Amino acid sequence: MKRNKITYIILLFFSIGVLYVIQQLFMPKYISTIQEGSLVEEYYLEKANHDVLFIGDCEVFSNISPIKLWEEYGITSYIRGSAQQLIWHSYYLLEDALRYEKPKAVVYNVLAMKYNEPQKEAYNRLTLDGMKLSTTKIKALKASMMEDESLLSYIVPILRYHSRWKELTLEDFKYMFKKDKVSHNGYLMRVDTKPVGYLPRERRLPDYQFGDNSYEYLERITKLCKDNDVELILIKSPSVYPYWHEQWDEQIREYAEKNDIQYINFLDYVEEMNIDYERDTYDGGLHLNLIGAEKFTDYFGQILKENYNLPDHRNDESLKKVWEDKIAFYNQMKKEQEEELRLYGYLKSVGEAAQKIDE
Amino acid sequence: MLFTTSNFIFFIIILTVLYYLIPKKLQWVLLLIGSLIFYGIAGTSYLIYISLTVVSTYLVTIKIDKIQEIYDANIKENKEKLSREERKAIKAEANGKKRFWLVLALLFNFGILAVLKYSDFVVSNIYKDFGGFGFVLPLGISFYTFQTMGYLIDVYWGKYRAEKNVFKLGLFTSFFPQLIQGPISRFDDLKSTLFAEKDFNWDNFEFGVQRILWGYFKKLVIADRLLIAVNTIIRDPGTYQGAYVLLGMFFYAIQLYADFTGGIDIAIGVGQVLGIKLKENFNRPYFSKSIVEYWRRWHITLGTWFRDYMFFPISVSKPMINLSKYLRKNVNNELGKRVPIYIATLLVWLTTGIWHGAAWNFVVWGLGNGIVILISQELSPLYDKFHNKFDVKDKFYFKVFQIVRTFWLMSFLRTFDCYRDVGTTFKMYYSIFTVRNLNEIFSGGLMKLGLAIEDYILLTAGVVLLLLVSLYQRSGGIRIRLSKKPIFLNYILFFVLFLSIIIFGTYGIGFDQSQFIYSQF
Amino acid sequence: MDIIVEMLEDLHPEVDFEQCSSLIDDKILDSFDIVSLVTDLSEEFDITISVEELTPENFNSAKSIYEMVQRLID
Repeated sequence: MKRNKITYIILLFFSIGVLYVIQQLFMPKYISTIQEGSLVEEYYLEKANHDVLFIGDCEVFSNISPIKLWEEYGITSYIRGSAQQLIWHSYYLLEDALRYEKPKAVVYNVLAMKYNEPQKEAYNRLTLDGMKLSTTKIKALKASMMEDESLLSYIVPILRYHSRWKELTLEDFKYMFKKDKVSHNGYLMRVDTKPVGYLPRERRLPDYQFGDNSYEYLERITKLCKDNDVELILIKSPSVYPYWHEQWDEQIREYAEKNDIQYINFLDYVEEMNIDYERDTYDGGLHLNLIGAEKFTDYFGQILKENYNLPDHRNDESLKKVWEDKIAFYNQMKKEQEEELRLYGYLKSVGEAAQKIDE
Repeated sequence: MLFTTSNFIFFIIILTVLYYLIPKKLQWVLLLIGSLIFYGIAGTSYLIYISLTVVSTYLVTIKIDKIQEIYDANIKENKEKLSREERKAIKAEANGKKRFWLVLALLFNFGILAVLKYSDFVVSNIYKDFGGFGFVLPLGISFYTFQTMGYLIDVYWGKYRAEKNVFKLGLFTSFFPQLIQGPISRFDDLKSTLFAEKDFNWDNFEFGVQRILWGYFKKLVIADRLLIAVNTIIRDPGTYQGAYVLLGMFFYAIQLYADFTGGIDIAIGVGQVLGIKLKENFNRPYFSKSIVEYWRRWHITLGTWFRDYMFFPISVSKPMINLSKYLRKNVNNELGKRVPIYIATLLVWLTTGIWHGAAWNFVVWGLGNGIVILISQELSPLYDKFHNKFDVKDKFYFKVFQIVRTFWLMSFLRTFDCYRDVGTTFKMYYSIFTVRNLNEIFSGGLMKLGLAIEDYILLTAGVVLLLLVSLYQRSGGIRIRLSKKPIFLNYILFFVLFLSIIIFGTYGIGFDQSQFIYSQF
Repeated sequence: MDIIVEMLEDLHPEVDFEQCSSLIDDKILDSFDIVSLVTDLSEEFDITISVEELTPENFNSAKSIYEMVQRLID
């Protein structure tokens, strides 16, 4: 048989193409359920620069509204948050973001300091799958992977998600190449309310000392900000639970003092912010709903504005149009969610994300 | 580094590229280095054991070769001078020396195998509370020991001369595709391609890759999926009795076939990519019409090893022939003819059983096979009578009956290597006749074995494909036929195979939606 | 030679042993047959057939078996 090199090359490209399409089909879409999975990826759609970047876990992407920050103070911001974002995730997401833009300030929510080691493969996936392939991503993977994970399956994720063939849905086909936006500059909106009910008691820990690994990455974040001439601000978001221990607070306070960074524990300002845990949370005190988030954002925005001298961009013509669209999307989603709430009594569109306390 | 890891695939790709880039003279050296890396990754200490086997075999075969050389020279030089008696004496002396070295090497190498593999089993049968020596059994030691000892015996028999290069013998022993699960090669057979200088050959490459893909398909899509159900059944003999036992036998038959032949396909395919021809190890065994035939078609290289190096040597050994002569004289001709065969058969099957694993299950399994073979041998005149009387021998339905009968007979015997112990196996046999639960299986029981309906559909399709390919093979190789088809079609076919391995393969961490359900922190 | 053919026919009456020269290659004789043949031959000709002799070349035809026996008698 005569063999033609060109035929082979064509076949090879064809195969890679088919494989890519199939991979797109098999990737989880995180549209109607587990929307958090879309957050990291959505960042790359963003064109504009931001003055403030938030990094951290759900306590940033549920509690802070960049739209509100714009509306009230003209601050441009983006949240690079993700589900159970551990501190090395945060570090590399920041490193990744700095390749695209240079913010004036970075805000890190310190809750994840309590995790010194990788916790669960699924959370690695939720945070890292969305990252664009780069040396930063590879480094992030190496820092995050659990023992039984393979690097290859992050680079060629079909190797991870192939067994979804049993559960492919219409959504997988619909959003193969283009997904709907789920967040508002990284903020996941929830308008529903679930007041604080049962509260687990504060559990004593055998050891309150944050781990070496956590500290190492906190130091690396600090250094990265310093090297890039970015102000670092450490915060602890307002929430009823999980518990933020006194001893932890002290350690962060000490660290902040030593490194000359601001640390704000917003747990101390709940009353001042006028947050009411009977009305302003959607899951019994773990996270704020839209009303709560806007209250917190408003308060925090004031501090940012005053302490860091951030410019007001509201009159900046080039930004105005972009943010008007964002506001429209924000208000539309708010309206839709309120409508939904009226119709069904709960938020159908966010799916059945479990609201367990994972401690 | 098992065949089903991504590391192995990278290893093969890198090795293949290097193999065809370096000077051809060094190709076999690269293979040796590759094999040592492959083996060393599995366990550095393994390298010590395999080196012991290689070096001892090398030294002894060279020694045997020398003795033979001296003997030949002596005879040649003094042909006229020596009387027939003297010649015989010299020959006997040389043979004696050769045998001394042979026995030494056999004892040494089988000794290593025996100590590592069987000491725990033996001692724990004597002392009930014995905790085990804790030896680590080197990967593939049963295979490479047999392969090397076959070589040693061949040299002793004078089938061919000893290999003068210890590293070549090292490669023969450690060649990585066959190291873990065979096929067991013969030196004279393998050496022509193993040490040869090879150009890259598209046909070999293509066929090799196709064979590898087919192997992965069998292993990952069929075997490893079915294994989930098999394990559910055999690990809980309290729950899964009666019809489940039969189901388990059936599943295990398919699983074992797909797993083992899949592994061999990968080994042979890798060999082919490298231009090295490994022996076929299976010849559609489940189409066998008798158990004797089955063993000629299943794990062929092991069967022929036992035949050549154990069955024949025992059955035609002096004591056996003398026993045969004695029986012929004192009892009758028939018995004299058969006793050597029977003794050798049972010994071979006992050993085959033990070779498979150090446990009573395997002893019973091995002897069971031997006994069934002997019974069917005894009954064969009866069969012939039956066949002649009813003239069914060439009828299609009768052949199907024979095939089905052999399949189930083997499945029953094979059950011994499933359950924990011999007692459980017999209990399960008993339950087949006493527990009536066939309905239960089809009214939901199947779904409780760890597989979903989609898996069963997939498995059915996979097995049908396996059958079709088998039937095609009967009428000539399927890949040669395919290669005559247009290149595009041919390629698409194998690309689809590749995709189905990627998608349907049982590997990696499964996607479990519940794992991903966000639990907020 | 005739004795050998007779022995073979004893094992497989349906085969024409005068003609066939691929007894092993075509799997007409199995290992059991070979061993019974060896015991027959050693009895009949009072020879020792050692295991090295059990090769396909030696057993593929009645003629090759005959030649082997001749050689061993010498």
